[in-house]
Amino acid sequence: MEKTVKRWFPIFVLPTLAAFLIAFVIPFIMGVLLSFTEFRTVTDAQFVGFSNYIRAFTDDRLFIDSLIFTVKFAAVSVIGINVLAFALALLFTRELPGTNFFRTVFFMPNLIGGIVLGYIWQVIINGVLYRFGYSITSDPSFGFWGLVVLMHWQMIGYMMIIYIAGIQNIPGDILEAARVDGANAATVLFRITIPSVMPSVTICLFLTITNSFKLFDQNLALTAGAPADRTQMVALDIFNTFYSRTGYEGVGQAKAVIFFIIVAVIALAQLWLTRRKEVES
Amino acid sequence: MARKILNIIFFLLLCAFAAAFIFPVAVILINSFKAKFSISQSPFTIPTGNDFVGLSNYTAGIRSTGFPSAFGWSLFITLFSIAAIIIFTSMCAWYIVRVKTAYTSVLYYALVFSMIVPFQMVMFTMSKTANVLHLDNPLGIILIYLGFGAGLSVFMFTGFIKTVPLGIEEAATIDGCSPFETFWLVVFPILKPTAITVAILNSMWIWNDYLLPYLVIGGDYRTIPIAVQYLKGGYGSVDMGALMAMLVLSVIPVIVFYLSSQKYIIKGVAAGAVKG
Repeated sequence: MEKTVKRWFPIFVLPTLAAFLIAFVIPFIMGVLLSFTEFRTVTDAQFVGFSNYIRAFTDDRLFIDSLIFTVKFAAVSVIGINVLAFALALLFTRELPGTNFFRTVFFMPNLIGGIVLGYIWQVIINGVLYRFGYSITSDPSFGFWGLVVLMHWQMIGYMMIIYIAGIQNIPGDILEAARVDGANAATVLFRITIPSVMPSVTICLFLTITNSFKLFDQNLALTAGAPADRTQMVALDIFNTFYSRTGYEGVGQAKAVIFFIIVAVIALAQLWLTRRKEVES
Repeated sequence: MARKILNIIFFLLLCAFAAAFIFPVAVILINSFKAKFSISQSPFTIPTGNDFVGLSNYTAGIRSTGFPSAFGWSLFITLFSIAAIIIFTSMCAWYIVRVKTAYTSVLYYALVFSMIVPFQMVMFTMSKTANVLHLDNPLGIILIYLGFGAGLSVFMFTGFIKTVPLGIEEAATIDGCSPFETFWLVVFPILKPTAITVAILNSMWIWNDYLLPYLVIGGDYRTIPIAVQYLKGGYGSVDMGALMAMLVLSVIPVIVFYLSSQKYIIKGVAAGAVKG
């Protein structure tokens, strides 16, 4: 049977393969190569070794600052979102009235696009700050916390859904047995519920970390980096390096490669952790 | 009794949370009927008297962004990209599972690898490639979305196809079905739940995507996110009233889609997360 299937390669595989080569494989390989060159239009590339990588850190502080900003943002968002989403998921298991309504409402922001989300929150944050004579661009910390609030609003419902699925998978008889043995609510939570949902925790941590690192649209719409590029995250800094400064295309591509390596390391670490857990259990 | 009181407290807590989640959307809705100069100063008041401008923000916004055409392009690109992704990646995934060669496993791992690469890594070279190959139009961008969506989609389809018993397919082959017929008449109907998940995950991404269409077709064709960003970034003073109206118009289709197929969306997103 395999032989007859093979003859159908042009119909089954070729469309996806061609699209994948054009949209991803060729641009990816070109991207890696171009990061070692100086270029304006790709065809005029001159090999310059690692100088773009050095310039990414030494020409100005924008890249380092955006990395620091992104790491801080990711740390605050990841912890906040996961704690709140898990707490909400626990409330959902108490069979309160209106569960469906609440789930609908909490998940809704996840479907709204980043650009639209950014402007919605810009109006609200500016509206609050206006009373004190400020705007979101008056101080970088306004932009930082604005992004944190926005990210919470967007991601909590999504993570909550994953946690609810995890909690519902815990066999009822284990919880029953614990209660018969006289375990109180705190013991059940820390000894049974949390260890049992560890797979969900890994998924949620991974999703929140990578989404925080890759954030672009929300950043562009909410502050666009203002004031003075001090609320600029890595993705936005790479975009600006490419498209707002001439002569920096190679540096932009080098920054993009570094960014890719950071995200890939996080993804591999996550994969390794999950595999190790699966082997243990 | 203590449990009952606790439950009431928790319920009120959820209500407060729900209010905080609805509040931002409500603010935008209210402000879309307000005079533009009052929006930044007092966004939290209900428009009355002179502040109430009826639908004039909507007409101003629609005129300056060309919203109906942006909506049309968003719909066109999303629908046809999803159709292409479902049709071609499901076939590709089936081939990868059924034909075990070095080539297919290289392709599979390359596709999985593409899922973790951030867009900024390929954004410049991809838009150049699209330009050189004349893919910088609403039809060409569908091919690009097929290439970018292939990673997650093939990954999800292969995961499911591995659980489909070979016996059914062999029976179809013995009955004289070609692989093409076997796939579409026998295998694909079994894949439907995965196809729905793949469709939902990709439509959430493509409908809201800003940077890719901006770089590839943004000059000539605006999708909704590009139209909204254009309104804000296009010229000096921003017409806040028009912006509010456009935000409301952008959110409405999403909420209608969400409420009409909520069951599939929540299930699909949970399934996608577990696989991803």
